[in-house]
Amino acid sequence: MSAADGPVIAMDRIRKIYDTGKVRVEALKGIDLSVAAGEFVAIVGPSGSGKSTLMNLIGCLDTPSDGTYRLAGEDVSGLSGDDLADIRNRRVGFVFQNFNLLPQITAYENVEMPLLFGGVPPKKRKERVEELMTKVGLADRMDHKPTELSGGQMQRVAIARALAMNPDILLADEPTGNLDTSSGGDVMGLFTELWEQGRTLVVITHDMTLARRAGRVVEVRDGRIIKDGEAAA
Amino acid sequence: MTKHDLKLVLQLFFRSARLQKKRATLTIASLAWGTVTILLLLAFGEGLKRQMQSNEQAMGSNLAILWPGETSKPYKGLAEGRPIRPRLDDVDFVRARMPELDAAWGEVTSWRTALTYGRKTVNAQVVGTCPVYGDRRKQFPKPGGRFLDPDDLEEKRRVLFLGNELAKQLFGEEDPVGKTVAINNSPFTVIGVMQRKRQSSTYGGPDAQHGVIPETTFKALFGRDRLNVLVIRVKQPEEMDDALVRLNQVLGPRLGYDPEDTRVFGVWNTVEGQKMGAKILLGLELFFGIIGALTLIIGGVGVANIMYAVVKERTKEIGVKMAMGARRRWITGPFILEGLVYTLVGGLFGALISIVIVTLLGLIPSEGNDVLEFLGKPTLSWPIGAATVAILGTAGLLAGYFPARRAASIDPASTLRYE
Repeated sequence: MSAADGPVIAMDRIRKIYDTGKVRVEALKGIDLSVAAGEFVAIVGPSGSGKSTLMNLIGCLDTPSDGTYRLAGEDVSGLSGDDLADIRNRRVGFVFQNFNLLPQITAYENVEMPLLFGGVPPKKRKERVEELMTKVGLADRMDHKPTELSGGQMQRVAIARALAMNPDILLADEPTGNLDTSSGGDVMGLFTELWEQGRTLVVITHDMTLARRAGRVVEVRDGRIIKDGEAAA
Repeated sequence: MTKHDLKLVLQLFFRSARLQKKRATLTIASLAWGTVTILLLLAFGEGLKRQMQSNEQAMGSNLAILWPGETSKPYKGLAEGRPIRPRLDDVDFVRARMPELDAAWGEVTSWRTALTYGRKTVNAQVVGTCPVYGDRRKQFPKPGGRFLDPDDLEEKRRVLFLGNELAKQLFGEEDPVGKTVAINNSPFTVIGVMQRKRQSSTYGGPDAQHGVIPETTFKALFGRDRLNVLVIRVKQPEEMDDALVRLNQVLGPRLGYDPEDTRVFGVWNTVEGQKMGAKILLGLELFFGIIGALTLIIGGVGVANIMYAVVKERTKEIGVKMAMGARRRWITGPFILEGLVYTLVGGLFGALISIVIVTLLGLIPSEGNDVLEFLGKPTLSWPIGAATVAILGTAGLLAGYFPARRAASIDPASTLRYE
């Protein structure tokens, strides 16, 4: 990890205001959040609480209206465009509820995509994809298209893809939301395993089973963090 | 654009192009169709233009034909309304005083003159003139014959150059050169027959239907040398106005009329007609060009439409790619490239098809076919090619640019969550 000496995520008085001209919505009203390397954080909260906005900010898909955000020691609150794209590529791995695999290309090519963006040379890309697919237990499914895989398998491909560039944080949005209990269990197991290997995980979820696995639960309500602590047993 | 950018855009482009062969084929076909339309329209326009110009100029270019008339102003005590009749030697005077002219000649004409060969007599026009007339009026001899030469004039030879149709009337399929034709019962040797040409303007009748003899011989035979017409030819069209003014300054004092009197000669300035004709043809070409361009632009709009649909369909994919760290130009690049490649390939196919069609049409013989002789041969030229490439390029860029701009405006955060 590149910023082992400081927190991976350091958010200071982050505010996010959506202003359409007519309507002005303050989605986040001053968030202070610090996540150390190797933590497994679950962000919970009802719909409309601002947790999706928070996830977009953590993942650098969006920029805060106010406050500072340091990701792995780098101030990213003022960045835009290509710089943010590079940050997402190198520092953040996304896992989505609906997998968001590109349907027309194979599992292999899906996992390869971030490596392509990162400018990794072809030989290294191949090694890395094969290594990751083995890690998620799908080495024999590399040439399958997403539609030929089960939900659980798709999510594991998505996780492999998220890990491709060896990011500082793995950011998951309801990763078990579209899965049955058994596949969801597999995915949760994989997350736990990754955590034990030293990954920093941030998971947004309603799923209390998953939240309980996290070492720390952050509850968001009405744009503020109302609870931050050890997972309740 | 860095090297990495370029490489990525190409990689992404090929990955996506591979997946939509049918769409690519149809799009390329529509553009090829548009290209064929514009190229053929322009080719027909160009062919028509060349044909009309060659018909128009079959009489010769940069000419002014002057018919002698009457004075309209009093001059040095002479009343107006006096006829002015220049003679053949006045033409020599014009040549000597106006060396800037490309050529000047006089024509003396005998209408409905009996030309007899064997038992056959045809009444036709006989023109007496000098050797420059042949070249300048584009009356070129068929192989085996010749036009008048200076010796013919010098020696007042009884030689005759025949228009091709007149020759056919007199001789049928026989070769007239070397044969003897009687003009008003005086024997003349045929020295040449005019090459067939398509002529759209004349003064005094089509060249194919008259006979030409040396002016000196004409004078001796018919006993007159007053000009029916005086013709001057300038080197450049823009010299004509000055030349006509100067001609009156040269001839006025000699023939006894006011050089300011512009109504002595009835003037047909063919340069004016050439200008007008050029304008009409330009208008015609523009018209064809615009129709063709619109067709091609419709093709371009079609491509843009498809690309829009593709962008919309791939909104989510674009969001995912952005989340994985794709820069905006890696997203927009392949779209622009796709638009450009479609237009390029479509244009190339269209150009090939057009070239084949134009070549095939060029093989149809037009001799004797009035429609084809009037329309001319469709012709592809470099300016047509350049114009088409410019229009295609613009269409291609627009077809890629607008959808790409749309793609670039996609907010990844909003596309990634729920379906």
